[in-house]
Amino acid sequence: MIDDKSGIQWNSEDPRVQRLGTFFADFHPLQQPEEWVTYEVFHQRRRGEQHVHVGSVHAPDPELALVFAKEQFARRQHCSSLWVVPSSQIHISGYENEDMFSTTPDKTYREASGYRLRHKISSYKQAQLHESDR
Amino acid sequence: MYGGGYVFSDPEHQIPPDDPEKLAEFEARIDRGEKIEPQDWMPYEYRRQLIRLIEQHAHSEIMGALPEGAWITRAPGFKRKLALIAKVQDEVGHAQLLYSAAETLGKSRADMVNDLLSGKSKYSNVFNYPAKTWADVAVIGFLIDAAAIVNQVANSKGSYGPYCRALERICYEESFHLKQGYDAFVALATGTKSQRAMLQDAVNRWYRPIIHFFGPPDQESKHSKQLMRWKVKMASNDDMRNQFLDSYVPKVLELDITFPDPELRKDPQTGRWQFGDPDWAEFYRVINGDGPCNAERLAVRRLAEAQGRWIRQAIMNPQQSVTIPFA
Ligand SMILES: [Fe+2]
Ligand SMILES: [Fe+2]
Repeated sequence: MIDDKSGIQWNSEDPRVQRLGTFFADFHPLQQPEEWVTYEVFHQRRRGEQHVHVGSVHAPDPELALVFAKEQFARRQHCSSLWVVPSSQIHISGYENEDMFSTTPDKTYREASGYRLRHKISSYKQAQLHESDR
Repeated sequence: MYGGGYVFSDPEHQIPPDDPEKLAEFEARIDRGEKIEPQDWMPYEYRRQLIRLIEQHAHSEIMGALPEGAWITRAPGFKRKLALIAKVQDEVGHAQLLYSAAETLGKSRADMVNDLLSGKSKYSNVFNYPAKTWADVAVIGFLIDAAAIVNQVANSKGSYGPYCRALERICYEESFHLKQGYDAFVALATGTKSQRAMLQDAVNRWYRPIIHFFGPPDQESKHSKQLMRWKVKMASNDDMRNQFLDSYVPKVLELDITFPDPELRKDPQTGRWQFGDPDWAEFYRVINGDGPCNAERLAVRRLAEAQGRWIRQAIMNPQQSVTIPFA
């Protein structure tokens, strides 16, 4: 096909290109979207589950942020609801203070698995049994 | 899909010196296996190379959708058509994720898209070759996506947090691309005589671009060492290429489809694959704009931009009234 506008001969395998009479487009730089902001996206798989942070989108307003988030993050997995939150509205503790989260390395006292009782009960029962044997 | 191993760079670029104390701290963090986040200090060159890498990866996803996208209307059967639409949509989604990741480093999406449309930016060479038959779509979906997965899985273990997170999501989706490509490939390989001939022809044409996919041999890549130290690059071009050949050559050969290279074989001593001269001069010709489809791909991309311009303008200026063009 010979392009009407540019006169370029395209030997394209693409049927869409073959159909188009004028195919050559001049380069128009995209406008900088100055008003756009970043929104953090939270995805909820099913009703009742947590909304989980999955990424961010760049959008002019919350309504379009939701549209972009749906395309980007709810295409594959099941989704029951999305949240978008302007990134600037998120308050961050900052990695420079990361050490404030480190405490004693052994925290088994605050885990359920840190309390082992069965062996105590067994040995108590064992002792009881010996007692009654006598 | 597709962050080729080769990252085009501008040799004249002047690199300003970094604060040595901060640099040492930064490198120690990387050595400990910690991720770097956008708000962290990073060396000038780390930021510059990452922008280049992620941006070229994003462009490759966008341009990679074109050869396959052209086959959606001609996909054989409803299921394959659905799968191809979903795959192409995923690839464009990958570009969106990657543009977001690159934006965290300070280059705006509009600047990146403009650099693609003006022809300034590079993208993976493989998409500058034509998809002549349906078998090409099978080869792309199977082997090019497989090559991309090798590359992306390696990069997902890199040091820059936003890029790694984008890649984890991408890799999850790629597994479907690979499977549907393999399915189409096997369907042709186990089909009629002419289906097999069509597939063999496509493999013959794609063999060289696939060898090129991971970039030139290690001794030709200039920045590799520092980029690997900083975990921007996670494996050398030759190592990734070898890993790909190791996994996928047997899968092709077992279907009695061959590669057009009598020298292709695995050295039993070293475990490395050897292949005939893949003509690296051609690789450089294509990356510099002179491939069989470079001009057409760019023109299609510009056309897409031109056709979507009115909606972008409407979004930018909600008060303005915009007339929808017919064509
Ligand atoms: Fe992709
Ligand atoms: Fe893919």
